[in-house]
Amino acid sequence: MLANLPARLRTLALSLFLIAFALPAAAGPFEDAVAKFANDDFSDTDAAIGVVASSGNPLAYPIISALKDGRLMADADSKKVYVTGTDGKSVDAATGEAVASVPASASAVRLNNRLRRSVDAALGGLTLLSPDVGTRIQAAQSVFKSHEESALPVVDNALAKETNRSAKTALSEARAAILLYKPDASEVDKLEAVATIKGRGDQEAMALLTGIGSDQPASVKAGAASAIASIQSSLAVWSGVQNAWYGLSLGSVLLLAAIGLAITFGVMGVINMAHGEMVMIGAYTTFVVQEVIRTRYPGLFDYSLLIAVPLAFLVAGAIGVLIERSIIRFLYGRPLETLLATWGLSLVLQQAVRTMFGPTNREVGNPSWMSGAFELGQITITYNRLWILVFTLAVFAILLAMLRYTALGLEMRAVTQNRRMAASMGIATSRVDALTFGLGSGIAGIAGVALSQIDNVSPNLGQSYIIDSFMVVVFGGVGNLWGTLVGAFTLGIANKFLEPVAGAVLGKIAILVLIILFIQKRPRGLFALKGRAVEA
Amino acid sequence: MLTKSTHDIAAPFSRRGLLAATAGLMLGLASITGAKAVDDTIKVGVLHSLSGTMAISETTLKDTILFLIDEQNKKGGVLGKKLEAVVVDPASNWPLFAEKARELITKDKVSVVFGCWTSVSRKSVLPVFKELNNILFYPVQYEGEESERNVFYTGAAPNQQAIPAVDYLMKDEKVKRWVLAGTDYVYPRTTNKILEAYLKSKGVAQEDIMINYTPFGHSDWQTIVADIKKFGSAGKKTAVVSTINGDANVPFYKELGNQGIKATDIPVVAFSVGEEELAGIDTKPLLGHLAAWNYFQSIKDPENEKFIKAWQAYTKNPKRVTNDPMEAHVIGFDMWVKAVEKVKSTDPDKVIDALPGIEAKNLTGGTSKMLPNHHITKPVFIGEIKANGQFDVVWKTPGLVPGDAWSKELDGSKDLIGDWVEKKCGNYNTKTNKCLGSGS
Repeated sequence: MLANLPARLRTLALSLFLIAFALPAAAGPFEDAVAKFANDDFSDTDAAIGVVASSGNPLAYPIISALKDGRLMADADSKKVYVTGTDGKSVDAATGEAVASVPASASAVRLNNRLRRSVDAALGGLTLLSPDVGTRIQAAQSVFKSHEESALPVVDNALAKETNRSAKTALSEARAAILLYKPDASEVDKLEAVATIKGRGDQEAMALLTGIGSDQPASVKAGAASAIASIQSSLAVWSGVQNAWYGLSLGSVLLLAAIGLAITFGVMGVINMAHGEMVMIGAYTTFVVQEVIRTRYPGLFDYSLLIAVPLAFLVAGAIGVLIERSIIRFLYGRPLETLLATWGLSLVLQQAVRTMFGPTNREVGNPSWMSGAFELGQITITYNRLWILVFTLAVFAILLAMLRYTALGLEMRAVTQNRRMAASMGIATSRVDALTFGLGSGIAGIAGVALSQIDNVSPNLGQSYIIDSFMVVVFGGVGNLWGTLVGAFTLGIANKFLEPVAGAVLGKIAILVLIILFIQKRPRGLFALKGRAVEA
Repeated sequence: MLTKSTHDIAAPFSRRGLLAATAGLMLGLASITGAKAVDDTIKVGVLHSLSGTMAISETTLKDTILFLIDEQNKKGGVLGKKLEAVVVDPASNWPLFAEKARELITKDKVSVVFGCWTSVSRKSVLPVFKELNNILFYPVQYEGEESERNVFYTGAAPNQQAIPAVDYLMKDEKVKRWVLAGTDYVYPRTTNKILEAYLKSKGVAQEDIMINYTPFGHSDWQTIVADIKKFGSAGKKTAVVSTINGDANVPFYKELGNQGIKATDIPVVAFSVGEEELAGIDTKPLLGHLAAWNYFQSIKDPENEKFIKAWQAYTKNPKRVTNDPMEAHVIGFDMWVKAVEKVKSTDPDKVIDALPGIEAKNLTGGTSKMLPNHHITKPVFIGEIKANGQFDVVWKTPGLVPGDAWSKELDGSKDLIGDWVEKKCGNYNTKTNKCLGSGS
């Protein structure tokens, strides 16, 4: 016992010495790496991400995910780094100890695109084993994108444990991507990888296959080339489908903008150059509704458009009735004067809005159900376009039903077909005129609500749609709602099939030339009204 | 005259005398007030559209000049006189720009004009400024290929914005494939021509460059964004260089966000999108997309903070943003004031000769200098869009970059320089040692 004591003391002294020596260095590469976040230098941050992600430290995930969300706070003076949780509580990033508060001098660690890619790749590796299937698939996707060799053991491990089918596919694709780019992987593995990636069949798969270097074995190169060819041919088919979808979507926007004009110009015969401004007023109504919701009832934001639709109809419709009563009714039968008066009116309305709301764009947000996209086969369908298409068709159907089945619709048709006869039957024609014009304007207002989701809300909003609207109505056949529908979709689809070939500028010119030629051949448009109504 | 009429009044009352007295009195008064107007203020013309398409951008610049004049007057004006702004509205109508410029110079007798935004409006007023010999300060980034005696270009030339941005993407993001997307008019077309030549000189192959033009106010970006996505899936890092102008940007960025193109996949660097333009967009999906400018509101600098504070107080709007063309006006205005004080006169000829060499503090911690080619030195910043609609500077040039009036990348202009100090020429050919004159 006693003889042992000196030896024990020696050990103790040695370990004490070691502790004393090691402490100031703050110990370990992990802590050193964490401290690097405080340097506010992009390459230091990049190095730190790599070390932290591969450290195996339980703090790695909270640190990297905080970095991604801008919750990783660094104090440049004390070189201390803190993780602020989503609940607002903070911990010291190096030790994991809770801290009362983050010093005021600390600021969020900055990222640039290169670092964001590193963060995504690191997070992918760290979340491959997450309990949530969605997170796992996302993680596999980001590994697929970064295809870094270091992730291979984790992917293999995750693949062995994975039970969910789509997560399994994503993981094997990620594994294939890594193997394809791993210089020392066997040829068999690589060929298998090419086959797996080919199965994915999308643009990212193609990017991956095209990007392989020239140092690959000949068989792999040949396999990749044939895979690319097969993906390309399937994508070509999809691109036709995609053009058709884009055409429908553009057609729906054209229809929405033109449908109100189809009533004021098509049915009533008033050349209303201020039609675009009614659309603009609808868009600004949406803006005002959203402002009120944002300041007073933030919870209702997702319903803002539903609230804006009836309001926009009422506001634009009321202004329409006012315009009809104060200006247009004195100008019936004088198209040139109507054109000039409404053109002037459009300038007045634009400048009025500019004075009231300022000349700059106003932000109209997309409710959550209007943003994002989903994949249908190999094409991306964005929710806002889809909803606008649905909405347009709904407005069209309602309008058609209204003209056919309501008393007002009957009166409108009677007045436009034979004004004097309708008057003799006891219809107050001037009241019907005002209401018809109000209806057309109101529908333009509704169009403004939808267009605020895809375009600028600025005083110039209407101007960009007025020409297109007239084009659609004239092309479709004046006085025929179905003609407007067919006209809008024809123009939309033709435009979208021309655009990839001719470019946006030439495509638009080509469409205009085609319409001019068409009008030469059929001056009354696609669906010409026949019979006595034409002469009325 | 006055003494004479007093004498007349003192004389026996006569109708003629009274008339003469009144007339004399009035004449005297008129000459006094007239003299007062001419002597006591220096008139500064503001030629920015306050209505029409360009009002969205130009209204702010009008406010900026009014603000600067207000500040200068608080400091006692210039040469002991107050400055007086004369604001006209050319209504985004290019020929009207020329008319309004003529009105400012001949009728209002302004000493200097701050104005224009689009290149076509600048080209439209050029002959007027030459003919009537006045000074125009032009504050917007433009396509270059110009150096005029009467114009001072305080915005960026292509080598102060486009080229450094492409360099950044090449070095830092390792971009190998390029989409040059722009609105179909002179600025994007010339800029893209310069960029294409520059990229090729750096070894980028023709098939790795995609050039795309769209009409003004283009709003249906589905096809083009899908094309960009497709172009970007060739296995090489791809970036978009955007010279898309004005209103078309909002639907473009919305479509990018909706189709899920993130900045980490295909970054977009824009030359015409600043704080003002972002005010109309929800910027969360745009995180990490880039813009290249010579100024960002977010730059931490005491001069900048002071300016933002004063500007927001002046406009009574604590959220009012600042942007790059505003800073260009700040620098240009300061340079003009310094030149006028140097020659103690507002005579355009004297001021034009005094301006080259004048230095003024910019708002990002440096000092910009007016060069003999009437362009200025500027720092170049690359900023990433943040979720709050501001920019985070991720890169900047080490020093100030002098503006080139004539691009070194284009065959037609690489030998040309503008030098209004020694050569007295805007397009001097250094190879043939000849001034091409106004004929070219």
